[in-house]
Amino acid sequence: MIPFWAVVLIKSALLLFVVVTTFAYAMLVERKVLGWMQLRPGPNRVGPWGLMQPAADAAKLILKEDLTPKTADPLIYRLAPFISLLTAFSVYAVIPFGASADQGTWAIGNPNAGILFVLAIASIGIYGISLGGWASGSKYPLLGSVRATAQMISYELAMSLSFVGVLILAGTTSLDGIVNAQARWWFVLPQFVGCVIYVITAVAETNRAPFDLVEAETELVAGFHTEYSGLRFGLFFIAEYVNMLTVSCIATLLFFGGWNAPFGLAMVPGVVWFVLKVACFMFFYMWLRATLPRLRYDRLMAFGWKVLLPVATLNLVVTAIIVAYKG
Amino acid sequence: MTAFWVLSVILIASAIWTISARKPVYSVVALLLNFAALAATYLTLSAEFLAVMQIIVYSGAILVLFVFVIALLSSGVAPFAAGPNRLPKAITPAIFVVLAAFGFLYYALKSVTAASIGAAGQAVAPIGAVGTADVFGSVADFGRALFTVWLLPFEVTALILMVAVIGVVLLAGDRAPYVATPRRARQVEREMREAILRGGE
Repeated sequence: MIPFWAVVLIKSALLLFVVVTTFAYAMLVERKVLGWMQLRPGPNRVGPWGLMQPAADAAKLILKEDLTPKTADPLIYRLAPFISLLTAFSVYAVIPFGASADQGTWAIGNPNAGILFVLAIASIGIYGISLGGWASGSKYPLLGSVRATAQMISYELAMSLSFVGVLILAGTTSLDGIVNAQARWWFVLPQFVGCVIYVITAVAETNRAPFDLVEAETELVAGFHTEYSGLRFGLFFIAEYVNMLTVSCIATLLFFGGWNAPFGLAMVPGVVWFVLKVACFMFFYMWLRATLPRLRYDRLMAFGWKVLLPVATLNLVVTAIIVAYKG
Repeated sequence: MTAFWVLSVILIASAIWTISARKPVYSVVALLLNFAALAATYLTLSAEFLAVMQIIVYSGAILVLFVFVIALLSSGVAPFAAGPNRLPKAITPAIFVVLAAFGFLYYALKSVTAASIGAAGQAVAPIGAVGTADVFGSVADFGRALFTVWLLPFEVTALILMVAVIGVVLLAGDRAPYVATPRRARQVEREMREAILRGGE
């Protein structure tokens, strides 16, 4: 019998490998997709179909000089990328990927407060960006990090409220419980408003286009990571893509039935469905980036506070009333 | 028990670092560490929901605003200048407070008898494994307690927070409040556009 800690260690190592590989190829696929949407081939020099591009990028980032500006606060400047990366990866400790009758839920840990744990870790993720931008000791990173902090706090409210509708319907906060509750109907149907709010806020939370005010090239050079180079920049970069993957997983688990097969196609294993649904979300992200222009900052804030938050609250109240009425 | 000792050392060390750090942001990082260790301590007591809320509310909302304010206030002045070392001044009163606290703790522990534990025993549910539904400290248990036994304190707390919010709006509000009519919004848009165009010349 393998001891408990060894099981956790093996699962974690395996999952880390899967997530990092997914990050590397998500990056390649994003550049390919952006290329096709802009009628150009995308990266195609390194390896067949550009398949070795992630390795080339990694080698380049590792070999680049790691600069620390003279004006930076050395300790916080070095610490910030690790906070970002650590929080990005630790969410995967509770995300389930599938379930089978003999092995139970496929996850490292499956706590009862799973979705709350995800929210908690995601809320710490802000520190990487806000501390990193502040500690760089120059004005563009500072502006970027102040923007990021305000934006993420604002959109986190609407995001949490969009979760609560699902929690009321499922009657549990554990992620596998929520998926099991969607065996008949995916929650995207009764919680369509909540789903739309979640998808919008998720894009804003991960600072991706069209909400990428944090690193708006046209005004802030590169925002909070302007001063970072080499591997430390790479850590921020990995964290951004891993966060994208995380919110795609959460959307799949909460609104699109997790590993439940659609149309009764249960002969395909659940984990395949899960991966397919997550992949659709990732593609949607890239599509958004290629299609939509960046919002103006005051509009972004007004949209978050005056549109998303009231609609999310209303959705929550209506859901609660209907569930209470039906008993 | 090992977890308790390790977490206690982290808690005390980070608390001392919080008040002795000479740069405000170092205090924030130390406090973040402190909150994380406190959440882990809650987990060892099977208070799962409390641990998660500790992170979401304190680390995720309140402390982030500290960083925000520090970043806003420190722009313009030398942002990384170290402040005065407050530890020598604080050490004497701190020792007195710690002694007093230990005195109270000793008194409290001494006055606890087997009978008094038994009397309060109804409130103490058996401690279950962390992460199982419907045991002490789980989300369901916490919610049930909050909305039945502790309903009045909960609602009063909500009212107090509401008062605080209204107070902030009153204190920070404009003398002439901005009324967001569509006309006014259009006017502001036009002024901004003109300002941008002027800047481009």
